[in-house]
Amino acid sequence: MSEMIVETRDLSMRFGGVLAVNNVNFNLRERELRCLIGPNGAGKSTLFKCITGLHQINHSNGRVFIRGHDVTGWRPHEIVQLGVGIKTQVPSVMNGLTVWENLWLSARRIHGKKGASAEVDRVVTELGLQTNLRRSVGELAHGQRQIVEIGLVLCQRPKLVLLDEPAAGITGAEADRLVELIHDINQQAAVVVVDHDMNFVRMLGGTVTVLHQGAVLMEGATEAVMNDAKVREVYIGNRAK
Amino acid sequence: MIGDAANFSSAGRTHWGWIIAVTLLLVFLPAGFDTHTPTLLGIWALLALSLGLMWGYAGILSFGHAAYFGLGAYTYAITAMNLGESTAAWMLAILLPAFVAALIGAMMFYGRISDVYMGVITLVFSLIMAKFMGATAGDAYSIGNARLGGFNGIPAFPILNVPGDPSMPIYGVDLYYVVLFCLVFCYLISRWVMSSAFGRILLGIRENESRIELLGYNAPAYKTAIFSLSAAMAGLAGCLFASWAEIVTPALFGLGQSVEVIIWVIAGGLGTLIGPVVGAVLLGTMKLLLGEQTMIDNSLVIGAILVLVVLLLPRGLIPTIMGWIRQQDQRSVNRARNNSMRRRAGERRTPKSPDQAHKSVKHHE
Repeated sequence: MSEMIVETRDLSMRFGGVLAVNNVNFNLRERELRCLIGPNGAGKSTLFKCITGLHQINHSNGRVFIRGHDVTGWRPHEIVQLGVGIKTQVPSVMNGLTVWENLWLSARRIHGKKGASAEVDRVVTELGLQTNLRRSVGELAHGQRQIVEIGLVLCQRPKLVLLDEPAAGITGAEADRLVELIHDINQQAAVVVVDHDMNFVRMLGGTVTVLHQGAVLMEGATEAVMNDAKVREVYIGNRAK
Repeated sequence: MIGDAANFSSAGRTHWGWIIAVTLLLVFLPAGFDTHTPTLLGIWALLALSLGLMWGYAGILSFGHAAYFGLGAYTYAITAMNLGESTAAWMLAILLPAFVAALIGAMMFYGRISDVYMGVITLVFSLIMAKFMGATAGDAYSIGNARLGGFNGIPAFPILNVPGDPSMPIYGVDLYYVVLFCLVFCYLISRWVMSSAFGRILLGIRENESRIELLGYNAPAYKTAIFSLSAAMAGLAGCLFASWAEIVTPALFGLGQSVEVIIWVIAGGLGTLIGPVVGAVLLGTMKLLLGEQTMIDNSLVIGAILVLVVLLLPRGLIPTIMGWIRQQDQRSVNRARNNSMRRRAGERRTPKSPDQAHKSVKHHE
């Protein structure tokens, strides 16, 4: 049986009077693909930020383990150094630098100064970024910047990939390509995708965790979750097929 | 291979031809001119370079950069006075500001203080130093043989000498060459830093600090390091200034000095290394010339220049000139390409020889 790569124990996060994450016990095994869904305000992004260190937490909030390390209170760069690749909700790229420079900075930490260029070449070919290589990332369309950000993650060859709304702003054909890409990443790494686009989640498959009011409502296979009456009531509503 | 590490265009390019030409010109300058003022301009240029490196490439703006300039000057004066010679003094004048900046920088950057508060902290540190040094009149405020002297500062300390030999002081033309060497050396160090992986990570921090952290880099450590390096350069400038002026006063820490450096960097061009140097030399010269008259206040003119630069040359002098040159180059390339296309099209229309033309006509018939 594969080992646990992410584990949260009784994780809670409160903002003033709002309990954004409520006693969440979330477990993810190596090379597992998990979609984290829920309506707006369900606590998906907050949970994501607690796991990645973007929200500073301490032991009173519960505990987070990544690859066997208790990372509660760790800074994002320390968590990333455990082999975690993170893509945030709003594309977080270096707009004033070119696509190549962005990717090189990512590859350089893992592959060193000499190996970085070769790694960038590999990722550029994989993502089809050749034509935009010398353009500033700030000049690119939103969807292209999403792809560049995924490229930043790929350059580090992570063991755990956390993607917050990767399909936001991406059109039909690009979404198909993105699903294919996530499945490719999943061959080598565990992947958590936070999204509320049900079609995209359906295309991805894998296991789905539904969050509602900061707590885990249900966990299971995509179709089982989507056909569940409680999930339909709180999230999908009557529009669901 | 699609690219290599040298393709990091955002770090800027080294224009070796220009650097060598200007350096040679400055080397021969003492043959025709008095070096007193150029020495001062060189010191100011070094101070501007130190801020330009940190602000232009790592995005860290210090409103109190003069604090490290003053600290370097005072450290030099106090140490030289106590030891009677300058070898240890100039080293300490570089190391102490670097150390103090590392402490303050670590506190600010690891403490996740926002840019606005960071500006306030750097400014307040500078003002505290100015206020404190201004209040050190009296015998109680002495460090070894050196009386801090309050508002009057410290005069009559040994000037720079040949390392290890106090009987050979460096002044006049020799001091000019020392300043020139320090300026070129610090420029080359800065250029090397920016072309290294460290410099490229700083560019990434300038663009998006949280993304750099999400790539696994410890951004506060990088920021602290560049803050400290910048303060070391400012300290060196302070040490040279002390040796040039032969007196140090609390005004060196003052708000006026800090603001002036910021204006030099903006006017010369942020995000370049040569821009702050040019800005300091041009505006410094203007300041010295304006100081010779009493009709208009200096600060008013410098302030007006800042407003004009921000309005007319928002990128600063050097980036604007470089942009214009690139534009002209591109135009001439386009013109040459169009001419060659036109020529080729003309060749296709003109038959090569009367014989060939005759054959061509017959063929059509």
